[in-house]
Amino acid sequence: MARLVIDPVTRIEGHLRCEAVVADGKVKDAYSSCTMWRGIEVIMKGRDPREAWVFVQRLCGVCTTVHAIASIRAVEDALKIKVPRNADLIRNLIMANQCVQDHVIHFYHLHALDWVDVVSALKADPAKTSELAKTISPWPNNSTTYFKAVQDKLKAFVERGQLGIFSNGYWGHPAYNLPPEANLMAVAHYLEALDWQKEVIKMMAMLGAKNPHPQTFLVGGMAIPIDPESQNAINAGTIAALNKYADMAIEFVEKVYIPDLLAVASFYKDWAKYGGNVNFLACGEYPEANGKMWLPAGIIKNKNLKEIYPVDHKKIQEYITRSYYKYSKGENAGLHPWDGETTPNYTGPKPPYEYLNVDGKYSWGKAPRYEDLPMEVGPLARVLVAYASGHKEVKEAVDMVMKKLGVGPEALFSTLGRTAARGIIALVTAYKTKDFINELAANIKKGDYTIANTEKWDPKTWPAEAKGMGWHDAPRGALSHYIVIKNKKIENYQMVVPSTWNLSPRDNKGVRGPVEEALVNTPVADSKQPLELLRTIHSFDPCMACGMHIVEVKEE
Amino acid sequence: MEKGTIYEGLVRRGVSRRDFLKFCATTAAVLGLSSSYVPKIAEAMEKKEKPVVVWLHFQDCTGCSESVLRATKPTIGQIVLDVVSLEYHETIMAAAGHQAEKSLHDAIKKYKGKYLVVVEGAIPTKDGGLYCCIGGRAAVDILKEVAKDAAAIIAIGTCATYGGIPAAKPNPTGAVGVRDIIKDKPVINLPGCPLNVENFTATVVYFLTFGKLPKTDNLGRPLFAHGILIHDNCERRGHFDTGEFAKSWGDKGHRLGWCLYELGCKGPFAYHNCPTIRWNDGTSWPVMAGHPCVACSEPKFWDANAPFYAGLQNKDSFFAKASKIGLGAMAVAGLTKKENKE
Ligand code: SF4
Ligand code: SF4
Repeated sequence: MARLVIDPVTRIEGHLRCEAVVADGKVKDAYSSCTMWRGIEVIMKGRDPREAWVFVQRLCGVCTTVHAIASIRAVEDALKIKVPRNADLIRNLIMANQCVQDHVIHFYHLHALDWVDVVSALKADPAKTSELAKTISPWPNNSTTYFKAVQDKLKAFVERGQLGIFSNGYWGHPAYNLPPEANLMAVAHYLEALDWQKEVIKMMAMLGAKNPHPQTFLVGGMAIPIDPESQNAINAGTIAALNKYADMAIEFVEKVYIPDLLAVASFYKDWAKYGGNVNFLACGEYPEANGKMWLPAGIIKNKNLKEIYPVDHKKIQEYITRSYYKYSKGENAGLHPWDGETTPNYTGPKPPYEYLNVDGKYSWGKAPRYEDLPMEVGPLARVLVAYASGHKEVKEAVDMVMKKLGVGPEALFSTLGRTAARGIIALVTAYKTKDFINELAANIKKGDYTIANTEKWDPKTWPAEAKGMGWHDAPRGALSHYIVIKNKKIENYQMVVPSTWNLSPRDNKGVRGPVEEALVNTPVADSKQPLELLRTIHSFDPCMACGMHIVEVKEE
Repeated sequence: MEKGTIYEGLVRRGVSRRDFLKFCATTAAVLGLSSSYVPKIAEAMEKKEKPVVVWLHFQDCTGCSESVLRATKPTIGQIVLDVVSLEYHETIMAAAGHQAEKSLHDAIKKYKGKYLVVVEGAIPTKDGGLYCCIGGRAAVDILKEVAKDAAAIIAIGTCATYGGIPAAKPNPTGAVGVRDIIKDKPVINLPGCPLNVENFTATVVYFLTFGKLPKTDNLGRPLFAHGILIHDNCERRGHFDTGEFAKSWGDKGHRLGWCLYELGCKGPFAYHNCPTIRWNDGTSWPVMAGHPCVACSEPKFWDANAPFYAGLQNKDSFFAKASKIGLGAMAVAGLTKKENKE
């Protein structure tokens, strides 16, 4: 038996620590711990609800925008504000742009190095790499000269002896399966994706003023005006630029991301056996003109795709039995976010420490449960719920990916499936972006320039007390914000975020969180180099700064 | 060990001489240096070794790193492969766990006295700093250890500079900025929420070219980026001076690009170069897109400038009075010009 610690888990947002018990080359048990806390909910108390989004957006700068969206929706829900269609469309465009860009960055820059051996790329034959690339995609950068140039640059870099961000990776690890040519191709695209991400995100920068942390959100709508006759508003030039970035997104996802994903996955099909979960929650996203969500909401229990349950936030409760907090109702109570409490209660070891006390409290994350079940959220949940609900675009994309990999839908319940689902969501979302642009352009053509519903802007129009909640199916999964407003001020603010669901510690009954559960039975070839664990952890795309702030504030 | 110069690195990555000089010129412009400095910058980039950078994340949201990922001149690929040698950065490094810790310790030993430290995020000091632990150690201890043999420290974003959002009232974790802890090293503050990558690149290039950190104001911010009020460089200033204000979201004034002062703009209180360099490769900035500035470059802006939507005209300030009497005349008389001095 070996007790293995990964801290810091890198290539994620924030600070995550993972401890695992390994025996006979397998993970027997695992603990995921959030090791940072800022207490943003405590900071929210007493502030103006209209500006909550500016604060909570800073929960995370990687999934920037997502907390802003959930926050304005929560306030709009509390004050019963219906936003104009144009505002929904601009929000949809910002969210879709973020989703596609974020998934590509995750695949190449946060996840790929778990599957791709950078050093092995040095041994590749550039001509064969070019042949391989041509068989999978018509992407223009497919020539021998191109791959040779990338390899030369990499060589020069390695020869200098300064590996920088690539130093001390698990290069040469026996679990790396790709031939040198596939490694070289992936490294080339790692670099290309770095250049692409900063361009494609300009869609958000145009509509949101900047990225990260866009600054045009508004309770009631958006703060960016529309006026085809003005140079200081969304006009014909803006629409043309949006189309340019949307096309850029489609092209890269279609011709680089998906082909690479399929090529890499075909060498790692055994990973369809590991890292799975059984319960899933998707909250639905992208409001359509008819008021419905384009991607549906739903709950899947026990892998049963035949029955999709509706989502009801009232069935969510959070436990702190194994988290660094205390509840007035006792250690084993479960509280709905509107009634939650936040009293930090650190009982862990004093730093510096070697091991956490995993028999007691061990994380700054709470344990959210839906009808007392842990839920996986994220692209896989979104894909499974849409697939099972017969969503056309998602179904087509899933069938295409499954067919190319020669596996059935049951393979989705795994680390491989989770990574594939992220690509599938990126693809369908990239296409859908065009619809949002077209609808916005059509509205402008009709003379509809409305961007905000300002009826409730003035706090004098508000009721003395109001409660609201806002969902957003963010790139990393279902996110929900809860607000209680009293006397025009925030009385109580609470967030249940994707990484709180996924990276949850054990609950009151000792049931593991989704990542902990997914890690059990993972093979470990060398416990000093736990590459395999990173594969599963990274497949969830943890985002810890968010995960840790699940704290409730209440007027005493 | 032999190290490459930045220029060699850029050439290897397919950057032409022309683009290289363009990059030097843009950087000179951001730094507010005249074009006569371009050859000096170019020379430094051609001759000097890549600086070794160790990047620490504490109580942050990684927004500042993301901002750096959006770099265009040079791109992030060029920055991490060629401009600097990035030895430790949790978000993008390949290594994890013990191997990552090893990278950190190797770097600070091998480049003792020479490496630059970039700090992102605030440092909690309450209860022995247990609110942020990495590798089982408190952030405050890691910072002290890594800072000890550093050549200089660059604190990025409002969190690392002044405590930022974790330090907003009631500051539950006792979060502070780098200068509150490190007193015996040069620390430059590059605030902003997030920081604008152009100011980061310019600072690194300045350090490389002149061997020291750029001149700062009394808050430790470089004057090239924080010397002038947003309000004094704002493209809507003409409307402010003639009293043309947007009054409601989407009204005529808002659509035509009038001043956002009455919707809550804090540009008159913020020293930052957003109007001139903008964001994301010059794409936009908040006022340009129609939303008020929240003064994110100012210490304690989360408390001092909230509520963000309260128009300053409601406050008993110089600007409130000015807006009532009509500012045109005062502006002409130069009364509203505020300069940020060292
Ligand atoms: S300064 Fe702002 S962007 Fe940077 S880490 Fe802090 S909250 Fe995030
Ligand atoms: S108040 Fe704001 S929008 Fe108006 S001129 Fe000043 S900085 Fe620009």
